[in-house]
Amino acid sequence: MADRAFKITPLIRAGFGAVLLLLALIIAPLAALLWRAETPAVLGAADWAAVRFTLLQATLSAGISVGLAVPVARALARRRFVGRGLLITLLGAPFILPVIVAVLGLLAVFGRSGILSTVLGWVGLPPVHIYGLHGVVLAHVFFNLPLATRLILQGWLAIPAERFRLAASLDFGPRDVARVLEYPMLRSTLPGAFMVIFLICMTSFAVALALGGGPKSTTVELAIYQAFRFDFDLGRAALLAGLQFTLGAIAAGVMLRVSVPSTMGGGLDRTVERWDITAGWRDGLLLAAVALFLIVPLGMILIDGLPYVFSLPASVYAAAGRSLGVALVSMVISTGLALLLALLVVRLRRGGVLVESIGYITLAASPLVIGAGLFIVLFPLTDPVALALPVTALVNAVMSLPFALRTLVPAVREVEGTYGRLADSLAMGGWVRMRLVLWPRLRRPLGFSAGLAAALSMGDLGVIALFSDPNGATLPLQMYRLMAAYRMDQAAGAAVLLLGMSLLLFWIFDRGGRADADV
Amino acid sequence: MLTFEDMRYTQDGFSLHADFTVRDGEMLAVIGPSGGGKSTLLNVVAGFLEPTSGRVLWDGQDLAGTVPGKRPVSILFQDNNLFPHMSVAQNVGLGLRPDLRLSAQQKTQVEAALERVGLAGFGARKPAALSGGQASRVALARMLLRGNPLVLLDEPFAALGPALKVEMLDLVRDLMGETGATLMMVSHDPEDAKRIAQRTVLVADGEALAPVETTEIFANPPEALQAYLGK
Repeated sequence: MADRAFKITPLIRAGFGAVLLLLALIIAPLAALLWRAETPAVLGAADWAAVRFTLLQATLSAGISVGLAVPVARALARRRFVGRGLLITLLGAPFILPVIVAVLGLLAVFGRSGILSTVLGWVGLPPVHIYGLHGVVLAHVFFNLPLATRLILQGWLAIPAERFRLAASLDFGPRDVARVLEYPMLRSTLPGAFMVIFLICMTSFAVALALGGGPKSTTVELAIYQAFRFDFDLGRAALLAGLQFTLGAIAAGVMLRVSVPSTMGGGLDRTVERWDITAGWRDGLLLAAVALFLIVPLGMILIDGLPYVFSLPASVYAAAGRSLGVALVSMVISTGLALLLALLVVRLRRGGVLVESIGYITLAASPLVIGAGLFIVLFPLTDPVALALPVTALVNAVMSLPFALRTLVPAVREVEGTYGRLADSLAMGGWVRMRLVLWPRLRRPLGFSAGLAAALSMGDLGVIALFSDPNGATLPLQMYRLMAAYRMDQAAGAAVLLLGMSLLLFWIFDRGGRADADV
Repeated sequence: MLTFEDMRYTQDGFSLHADFTVRDGEMLAVIGPSGGGKSTLLNVVAGFLEPTSGRVLWDGQDLAGTVPGKRPVSILFQDNNLFPHMSVAQNVGLGLRPDLRLSAQQKTQVEAALERVGLAGFGARKPAALSGGQASRVALARMLLRGNPLVLLDEPFAALGPALKVEMLDLVRDLMGETGATLMMVSHDPEDAKRIAQRTVLVADGEALAPVETTEIFANPPEALQAYLGK
């Protein structure tokens, strides 16, 4: 099969088109920014402080998330208890949770007038301060501890059950099992998990916007926003964007060297049969603490926000409508691009690796860099503000592309591997193959990717903050404005609305992919 | 008539050579040790592999460059012969039109083919609801409708029990008799060859030897076959 003539079909041509579009979207904005930076701006002390803060918070966030995730994953891997499946599902939830919603929830618990400060007040202690480095790190750990746990749990469950059986028959104690089986697994899993989270935290914008602030806790991403939005200093924005891109490229380069485990697959509902463990109360305590850490902030939002969901200002509902539109458009673009790229990757074989890595570049690219660059490209042509929503949809689509690719490439490869020759022998090519073989076999991963893209776009607070005028906000931005104006009740109501819409979007598409999908 | 004209296929240190002719309408068994190149031989004919040198001819026409779906060939693989998301009738219908836009008359043809293989009334089922033998019959019904003059079987019945396998081989023999098609059947079981093949090709040590009468080859097995049979 390896040497069959390669045919350029319309689908392959479209795939190459998708690659070009992607490259253009990553390179053109950067070029535009550099071109507009007329005076060779110099990075000041504040900019270097932003770089240091970015690296510091990303290192801390990734380190703490991964460090805590190891015992949590171990507990999940070896304990069987009621609600285990639910807890694992809950660990997947932060991924599609709108950042700004989680921030509001964390404020309700750890904020100045949150639960923790209230309890401290009872015993005469001062309230905690959440703004600054520890707030940013706290929010990042909230998002990434679950991700890290799932990544590491995957590693634990990938150790064949037979190994543990062999260990038991050789009378290994927990220490021996750790040395012989678990440390080697962790050595190969942890670097990848650390780098993924480092990269996520490095380009995170909304958390820094809401919980950072002040010159001491500004990330590069936030600095780009400020240079662009407040000073309209394109030179500085361009320089910062170049800096951010370089940092991202270096981090992504490191990440490509270490293997990154996948959490997209299922199979986490298994436990590892172990014979070397006894009392479980420590594991129980740990899992309970993690569950509380995840549930309480979200619970607080529901409690605070539910009463206001149906009595919000009209502007919030209008923003919700705009967000829904952006999410759906973004979903179509993201899933379509991912499918074309996946087909190309599988068809190209060796060259496919290159195409696939282009799809993953956007993990390192910053949405604000792309957004700011597109603003400059569009500025002479038309009013960028009028295009705020389409641009947001496009950038969001590109940002969720890596996740869609991660799901679709293995799926397409599997379908082609299993049924490709049968389809070939029956002369099912091109569109017929797409309609009769690929589409029905790919419904599940397509539904999952679509749901993910829609939910991520729904909750995104990034590019839109650069462009939008007061009347064109999306729901996350509108919610942030309510928070900034200290209208916390309405913000909580908007948060519940946003959370509900994100989860519902994901559920509908993911569900749609599963509905009467045959084995 | 299928002709291997000094055909050689090489990849990563593996090499297979064939230089013989398959007669029209004959049933030919291809046997030999695993890893010897039996499936490779079929894959070259089916168009999934292209010869490194030499030619494969059908009725004097070089098959090189013809994609698998356009060759005069129907092939049954070891597994995954049916699409699990399609009904039995749809799977069979693919033999008439790969885009499944079937006319009323073609749908009747599908039913007739299913009836011929003993699966009348099974059209609406999904492959998951079939036994191994029934799934093989569906694939054979599709082969009937494709109507290609050359049929390749790459051990599609290997997972069936002995009695069921004999049943399927007999059905294949009958179908070949009715359609007049030529058959090349890969098997690791000498009994399969003895049951339906007039001639047998032994594939061993990178060489597909010229076909020999099946009775003859088992009566006086060459050295490579003796080693394979363990006699």
